[in-house]
Amino acid sequence: MSSRSRSLALGVLAAAAAGGLLYACRSTGPKPGLVAGDVASRVYVAPGQYDEYYAFLSGGFNGQVGVYGLPSGRLLKFLPVFSQHPENGWGYTEETKPMLMTSHGFIPWDDTHHPELSQTNGSPDGRWLFINGNNTPRIARIDLTTFETDEILEIPNAAGGHASPFTTPDGKYVVSATRFSVPTSGNKDVPISSYAQNFRGNLSFVTANEPGKMRIAFQIMMPGYNYDLGHAGKGPSDGWFFFTSYNSEQAYEKLEQNASKADKDYIAAVNYRNAEACVASGKAKPTPARYAHNHMDPASRVATHTMETSVTTLDPRDCPNTVFYLPTPKSPHGVDVDPTGEFIVAGGKLATVIPVHSFAKLQQAIAAKKFDKDIDGIPVLNYESIVAGEVQNPGLGPLHTEFDGKGNAYTSMFISSEVVKWKLGTWEVLDRIPVYYSVGHIMIPGGDSKQPYGKYLVAMNKITKDRYLPTGPELSQSAQLIDISGDKMKLLLDFPTIGEPHYAQALPAALIKDKQVKFHALAKSAHPHVVKAEVETGIERKGKVVRVKMAAIRSHFAPDNLEGIQLGDTVYFHVTNIEQDWDILHGFAILGAENSELILQPGETRTLKWVPKATGIFPFYCTDFCSALHQEMSGYVRVSPAGSNVPLVANISKKAATQAARAGVTPTVSQPSSAKGEGR
Amino acid sequence: MDTRSRLLTVAASLLLVGMFVLPIWRIDLTAPQYPEGLGMEIRINTIQGLTPYDLDRINNLNHYIGMKPIDPDVVPELSIMPWLVGSVIVGGLIVAALGSRLLLLSWAGGFAGVAAVGLADFWRWTYDYGHNLDYENAIIKVPGMTYQPPLIGTKQLLNFTASSWPAAGGWLAFAAMALVVAAVVIAWRAKPGRSRAALTALTSVA
Repeated sequence: MSSRSRSLALGVLAAAAAGGLLYACRSTGPKPGLVAGDVASRVYVAPGQYDEYYAFLSGGFNGQVGVYGLPSGRLLKFLPVFSQHPENGWGYTEETKPMLMTSHGFIPWDDTHHPELSQTNGSPDGRWLFINGNNTPRIARIDLTTFETDEILEIPNAAGGHASPFTTPDGKYVVSATRFSVPTSGNKDVPISSYAQNFRGNLSFVTANEPGKMRIAFQIMMPGYNYDLGHAGKGPSDGWFFFTSYNSEQAYEKLEQNASKADKDYIAAVNYRNAEACVASGKAKPTPARYAHNHMDPASRVATHTMETSVTTLDPRDCPNTVFYLPTPKSPHGVDVDPTGEFIVAGGKLATVIPVHSFAKLQQAIAAKKFDKDIDGIPVLNYESIVAGEVQNPGLGPLHTEFDGKGNAYTSMFISSEVVKWKLGTWEVLDRIPVYYSVGHIMIPGGDSKQPYGKYLVAMNKITKDRYLPTGPELSQSAQLIDISGDKMKLLLDFPTIGEPHYAQALPAALIKDKQVKFHALAKSAHPHVVKAEVETGIERKGKVVRVKMAAIRSHFAPDNLEGIQLGDTVYFHVTNIEQDWDILHGFAILGAENSELILQPGETRTLKWVPKATGIFPFYCTDFCSALHQEMSGYVRVSPAGSNVPLVANISKKAATQAARAGVTPTVSQPSSAKGEGR
Repeated sequence: MDTRSRLLTVAASLLLVGMFVLPIWRIDLTAPQYPEGLGMEIRINTIQGLTPYDLDRINNLNHYIGMKPIDPDVVPELSIMPWLVGSVIVGGLIVAALGSRLLLLSWAGGFAGVAAVGLADFWRWTYDYGHNLDYENAIIKVPGMTYQPPLIGTKQLLNFTASSWPAAGGWLAFAAMALVVAAVVIAWRAKPGRSRAALTALTSVA
């Protein structure tokens, strides 16, 4: 095997050199990947028509999720998750800031890797999308009726929340495992060289089937390897979870070489029903931990942030027959379970084959105790006893595998930059197609579920070089849509993607299209500073804090003149969009604000904090082109020196005056008279 | 009145009961920005949006042209209409019970009168909303433009296409009217020699 890996390494070098030559010579030949025939009609979605699938691509280092339509590849939305998003005020408004709180304080960015659709009976159910934050380990839940993040749970004792947030087929758990092992208890100020004795990995099982109540059911404490990816079993393997790991060498420096020495690393196979039973029978222990749980209250649309103080941890030694290691060549990355639940496919990124384990053989091996050794109470199964087969000569750098539900598997080859189709059971390669360039994950709608839709495959690539008009040193990423309905894969479409999509998920549009929320019912709003009619608007001061309750409706703000604010004040603009009409959004921005604008969905209240730094007149205006009189939708704030005698006033809108007159009340705010308050 | 006339009279009265539960008239509005449409319906005692939010949406749009907010509370006819329709129903049942042809004829006349006045009043309100605009505060002023929707039919009002048609309750009223005409004709045909009077009756109904 070591000679194999040497030849692989040479092959990589040779490929790189050849690639350089090819690149230099390319200008003369035809551009690769040009599609022939009438494929345009296959991806053309006529104006006014809808795409067949929603696809959710992680935003990678932009920390968000990109929503694309398939087969057109049209970008529908960028929805913010872990990163501040000035486009709509996510993470800037007082209501959404708590969503980005962690045990490290306010963290306005993360690295999103793996979107995961919630499942019922092993198939996407269209309720939620989960996604992980890799850098400050977190899992977010996105509601697919609003396309908004409504819950974020931090994962304690973890670093590099990479093997996350893959779901169990019943939707009960999503998981998170640590790519970077770290000291998790006691004194954490230890020499890095004490890695083997002090650094631990862990596998977290998070209950996820109730909005607002995500909770870590238990963490299984593991030897300090790098746990990379995971997938749940299904069918016969239901109740099991499989996690790849690399760096069984336990290297802590120069990992490039030091973590690539062993011919095989391990897939951790976890019987999580056993783990549940051990937790229930008191074999786990509560461990102090600090981690954030943030939730957007649906009634007020205000987020709350709470710090949890304890997590349940389970040592595999206390819960035998629960965790097993499956030796797997080499430094495996992806681990994917086929739709029948029998085959566990590993993407051994430095392996020359694609190893496939058999769940049935795994069961037999466990029963017959075919263990090679034991690591910290975890039996290591004998490779020959569990392997179902190996795909020979699949290409270079196998990473991830998806399935079409027709007995075929598709594996991405990072180094040879291709997708390889092979047959489950016979392990023969059936077809291969180049992708442009250096593919990471691939995604077939439903391709990791029990019933893949199996019509398209999307390859997500890291290098785009000459694929699109060049845009300086930093280029977009790319995706290729490939038709997999026939025997031969066929390239249909090539479209740029933003951030760095890692994994993706897709589901038929019909599952969620008609469940979309169109506006928030103002009558039901529980926001503490909501205004439900213009007559409820106003301004008030408490010490140095001034609160403005403002309404936005086509095409004005009420009030739109504010005076009496002083230097040294902190001003909160609580702006409510009192429209009850789909797609009628308003914005709010004020000169000199140190954060973003607000974008207000119909019926929503959002708060902008503003600390004026100079006296004078400050205009504010609507930033979302709402109507024919959008340009007129603006106003002025007057800021006076501290201690000024300018009275605190907000003007009264025409509508507010009418509403007050009808209700037989005097408006709560008074009209500033032009004669009064000419400075100190 | 023979049995058929009586039955038709009862049937006409019962059809009118539907006006208490079904919308009588409906105005639909579509515009490029509103492909899904907006609309309102006139019920026997109120005006309401096709969705709980439509009336507010329409009123908010109408403020651009200076139209008064449409508010069912300021239309007194809406509190009278249930009594008028109720009287027609009760009257019809009494006519059928007594079986007098003269009563039938006068009841039919009364019914027709209520219908005609109702439609005229509806037209008057739409005229008022469409013409008496607050020009001082109107934001969009198009010279010569008024915004009265049609009584029946479709009309372009700036970017909106307004369509006004009877709704289920209105169609029931028309059906009831047809039954009344039939009841009158049959009642008069039952006694030969009175065809001239029947003709007169028909003319008055029409």
